[in-house]
Amino acid sequence: MHAESEIREPLILGNKTYHQISEDIVRPIEGKATKQWYMLLTLAVICFLWGIGCLAYTIGTGIGVWGSNNGVDWAWDITNFVWWIGIGHAGTLISAVLLLFRQKWRMAINRSAEAMTIFAVMCAAIFVTLHTGRPWLDYWLFPLPNQFGSLWVNFNSPLLWDVFAVSTYFSVSLVFWYTGLVPDFAMIRDRAVKPFAKKFYSLLSFGWGGSARHWSRFEEVSLVLAGLSTPLVFSVHSIVSMDFATSVVPGWHTTIFPPYFVAGAVFSGFAMVQTLLLIMRKVYHLENYITIKHIEYMNIVIIVTGSIVGVAYLTELFISWYSGVEYEQYAFLNRATGPYWWAYAAMMTCNVISPQIFWFKKLRTNLAFTFVMSIIVNIGMWFERFVIIVPTLCRTFLPSTWNMYHPTFIDIGIFTGTIGMFFTFFLLFTRYFPVIAQAELKSIVKASGQEYKEKAKHAAH
Amino acid sequence: MSNVTIHAIFDDEEPLMSSAKTLKSNGIRVKDVFSPFPIHGIDPVIGVPRTWIAICAFIYGITGLSLGTLMMWYMMINDWPTDIGGKPSFAYYMNMPAFIPISFECTVLCAAHGMAITYYLRCWLVPGAKAKNPDPRTTDDKFLMVVETKPENKNDIESILKNGGASEIHYK
Repeated sequence: MHAESEIREPLILGNKTYHQISEDIVRPIEGKATKQWYMLLTLAVICFLWGIGCLAYTIGTGIGVWGSNNGVDWAWDITNFVWWIGIGHAGTLISAVLLLFRQKWRMAINRSAEAMTIFAVMCAAIFVTLHTGRPWLDYWLFPLPNQFGSLWVNFNSPLLWDVFAVSTYFSVSLVFWYTGLVPDFAMIRDRAVKPFAKKFYSLLSFGWGGSARHWSRFEEVSLVLAGLSTPLVFSVHSIVSMDFATSVVPGWHTTIFPPYFVAGAVFSGFAMVQTLLLIMRKVYHLENYITIKHIEYMNIVIIVTGSIVGVAYLTELFISWYSGVEYEQYAFLNRATGPYWWAYAAMMTCNVISPQIFWFKKLRTNLAFTFVMSIIVNIGMWFERFVIIVPTLCRTFLPSTWNMYHPTFIDIGIFTGTIGMFFTFFLLFTRYFPVIAQAELKSIVKASGQEYKEKAKHAAH
Repeated sequence: MSNVTIHAIFDDEEPLMSSAKTLKSNGIRVKDVFSPFPIHGIDPVIGVPRTWIAICAFIYGITGLSLGTLMMWYMMINDWPTDIGGKPSFAYYMNMPAFIPISFECTVLCAAHGMAITYYLRCWLVPGAKAKNPDPRTTDDKFLMVVETKPENKNDIESILKNGGASEIHYK
């Protein structure tokens, strides 16, 4: 068994036995869904259907129905793509990087954060598959033998790197998530009473039994997958940033992009985890597992990554001035004072100033405040991608191509649709899947459980 | 005479661990242990060798890297070299820097999926497989030890297990 310093705060509150943990995790699955759950699901499904309608209209008519135009040819779709894929990064960071650093607090949040990763990457995929204009030809993105004069995809292009990076990231995250889910499905299977539930979870649990040999392989697989996912997650957002950084567009052509995008991704992802978990812990009564301490740890990550993002913004401004290149200087001046100054101001306020408030311990342990902040950070990070893309493209080298970008009804509809899809999937996940990695949690209850910690404290004195 | 199989159920990991150690020192082999979570340190006691799965992952990774390299060399350099943006594709090593991201992705893709497939097949965790635990409580809060022995040792083992803290003992 693992020993832990008594100074560290307990990660599992209350008097929990192994059986009690199973009961608490299974309650939302075995019990009846609440009214709020149905209401939220209805709302999410309506948004999702709305989005499907807008998608169908886009595919049927062409991407001329979007607000993108000749100058601003990348707009909402790429903004949304980068935003969603960035949100996904926190899940991998929590499950992989924190596993490598042996952070036990990850165990209460990794399952739902990874689910968030998978759903966010699915939302992101909608935008990239659609922005090609003819999504039925998207298989051209893959290196397939073809009839067009043996022309292959271009392996020098960051856009192709993106295809490989995002698909690898999605599939590896899915496998990582599922491998962790198998023992927990088995736990639900073994206590299921209703025949359909028994069948359903037997199928999902793949016959897991928990023998010592299997656990030993399970732990090795988790560790190696974490080791593989860690550089993978950094590569994905670095490559996304190279879609911009390798182009010769002032304001995009900067070497700071990869680290700055990765920090921004983790920043926005943690904010989304907070938004989801703060609701989930309340609705499903998981306050004993997702404690204030967990929320505080995540807020600390938000301060750190938010500060990195802030430093990156200021560095960009300084370098553009210091470079002496007037196009670079203009690009940044235009972002801050041009027609989209309000987007820049929103980005700076939400991402640089607001997370610094978390230096106050009172505020970073306040749930209502954290919830509001998590929404603010997500809005700020959406504006960051908008500021990088739209104001840059609306003022490029040729003044004759200068024009404004206005999103259409369809642009907004598709974005709303992806939010609906994300929440639909997440709500279904919380209802039918174990939202906390209970097997892992049981292994730390004696080292980090409140009751055991207090006993150890008394024994020491 | 045929062997008897003993299923001893414990309420916690420590009594199971100490009983396993006692059995081992008496020269009795524990066949398997089923538990709701991994019991660290049990493997050497019950003779579970260290898994090779990480080495498999390394080999799959090397395979992925080679396949990725071969693919890019064939498509970009050998089959249809194209001058893209003033950057001709004369030789693999010249274009190599641009190929690093995809080489990496191919390595990770093959290592992760190869290892996962090996793991699922090696443990025979497949959709529709029958539950492998002999008692359904072992995924919740019970720890089960399986000992296979000759009938004449039965009583000795039973007393070791009982003294070690087993809450239930069943014979199969």
